[in-house]
Amino acid sequence: MEKTFRIIDEDGIHARPATALVNTANKFKSAESFAEAKGKKVTLKSILGVLSLGLEKGDSITLSATGEGEADVIKALTDVMVNEGLGEVQ
Amino acid sequence: MIKIEGIAASAGVAIAPAFKLEHPDFTVQQRSVSDVAAEVAKLNAALDQSKAELEAIKERTLQELGAKKAEIFEAHLLILNDPELISPVEDMIRNDMVNAEYALNETANQFISMFENMKSAYLQERAADMKDVTKRILIHLLGLNYVNPAEISEEVVVIAEDLTPSDTAQLNRKYVKGFTTNIGGRTSHSAIMARSLEIPAVVGTKEVLAKVNSGDLVIVDGLDGKVIINPTDELVAEYRSKQEKYQLQIEEWKKLRDKASVSADGVHVELAANIGTPNDVAGVLDNGGEGVGLYRTEFLYMGRDKLPTEEIQFNAYKTVLEKMEGKPVVVRTLDIGGDKELPYLDLPKEMNPFLGFRAVRLCLERTDIFRTQLRALLRASVYGNLRIMFPMIATLDEFRQAKALLFEEKEKLVAEGIEVSNEIQLGIMVEIPSTAIIADQFAKEVDFFSIGTNDLIQYTMAADRMNERVSYLYQPYNPAILRLVKMVIDAAHKEGRWVGMCGEMAGDSTAIPLLLGLGLDEFSMSATSILPARSQISKLSKAAMTELAAKALAMQTAAEVVELVNSIEA
Repeated sequence: MEKTFRIIDEDGIHARPATALVNTANKFKSAESFAEAKGKKVTLKSILGVLSLGLEKGDSITLSATGEGEADVIKALTDVMVNEGLGEVQ
Repeated sequence: MIKIEGIAASAGVAIAPAFKLEHPDFTVQQRSVSDVAAEVAKLNAALDQSKAELEAIKERTLQELGAKKAEIFEAHLLILNDPELISPVEDMIRNDMVNAEYALNETANQFISMFENMKSAYLQERAADMKDVTKRILIHLLGLNYVNPAEISEEVVVIAEDLTPSDTAQLNRKYVKGFTTNIGGRTSHSAIMARSLEIPAVVGTKEVLAKVNSGDLVIVDGLDGKVIINPTDELVAEYRSKQEKYQLQIEEWKKLRDKASVSADGVHVELAANIGTPNDVAGVLDNGGEGVGLYRTEFLYMGRDKLPTEEIQFNAYKTVLEKMEGKPVVVRTLDIGGDKELPYLDLPKEMNPFLGFRAVRLCLERTDIFRTQLRALLRASVYGNLRIMFPMIATLDEFRQAKALLFEEKEKLVAEGIEVSNEIQLGIMVEIPSTAIIADQFAKEVDFFSIGTNDLIQYTMAADRMNERVSYLYQPYNPAILRLVKMVIDAAHKEGRWVGMCGEMAGDSTAIPLLLGLGLDEFSMSATSILPARSQISKLSKAAMTELAAKALAMQTAAEVVELVNSIEA
């Protein structure tokens, strides 16, 4: 399962929302989740990975999940994206 | 017991155990290891210790400073747990059979350079977080003894080579009772910060760091510029009573808080305060300040990773103006460059930063930055008595350009239907000799002058005030400086303008009689100097000081001037 967002935060994905995304991904022990952007795919369980995407305002990012409860994972991640004012669903 | 002399930088007496603030050596050597399992275990132990530390810091920050300030430690904790960092380090230990600190350092450096090469200035700054986390782990791997100043949690006197702005910003006033440094003078950054935090400080001791061990009992006498290490019980008792006496004197001064600043023969002058942030306003009012003579706006730009927005600035200016309840507030526009850097502006290093691209010079080129600040100021102007001052003006043309930009922004705001005060006074800092020399011409175009003595003295004497070897040339009482000050005051008064002074000299008890005599209208100083200055001025006759100043102007050396002033005080 996956969902694509466009970054709307002025600062791109910065430390606070990245922290929230990783903390959320870590809550789901039996699912793997990933972020893909600019041709690079990283695990969402790594804050360095997420920051390494170097996402800025206007960039697209695709979040995906596989494993147990993957729909719940995507829903939780979507909440973070929207509540943090980080991105909007494309 | 050891006694050391230094420069009294901030008044008061502190008695507490020493805390040595030293930045340790993080050099990492590559070593081969045979027992890789033990090396991985060592890594994990260091990670666990670092996590426990960060959890504690996060908790404390959460309680003392709130959730927002604690967020960064949450991110640091995630880095410590990050599989993208930890797995490569473990792999490297196992595959290359190298020591843990080397593997960590190599891996971390890859992330650091990745961040440093990113396009966004924000992400470039994350390299600093990565470095911070790496250092925390290395401290445990290398067995270093280091406590971050922000983590001090008992009463101490901080001992350091020098304190950087970020060190000082982290000091917790509750626990840091005083500090003393090897280098610096009365006008160095750390000294100015100490006065605004009201922490006793002695700077420029040259050797205190080498002479003291952490935990030694230390007396910092910020009144007379003395540091005593491991004092005798008698001496501790003596200084306790000095501490109490000083406390009583402060109580005496407090009685002058709501009185006007009037000389013995009835002449009123204005005593104002220098501030750096809206938080400093409480101290100004507590100390009976009649205004803010210098609001240094650069602190709004420092300690963050991008330019402050118009809204952030507007809120800060509005807060200061409102809290001052109609008393005048002189806001100095951005004075960055020189020794005050902003990493996110990415300005090239200069050979002579004090003579370089700084303050209004930068603002007139980076008009985007300047216009944002001017708009924020203009919008805030309706909330109090705002006066705007441009720093580092060297030519009339610079003033006219800055003024034109201000008026353009004002017109735009008015066109947008936003209310702007029509009573804003517009002035300049006089800190470059060329401006002092043609003050008569400036006086026709500005509403006021504020003499910035720290820079005026160093530019006139051609001596870097931070350079210990030429610091003897930093001579506020040199007749050359006094004559320049007189030229500026006379030129302004001829055109009916007022003159203030916002350098350290304005609050100096030796300079005050001379400045009163030269006709200075406004004295702006550290808030804590206001009441002593008011007390001093109330005992001086303006008429007598005018004669004194005339004599001083005719003297040949600074030493003669000091002697002259001391003779009247006796």
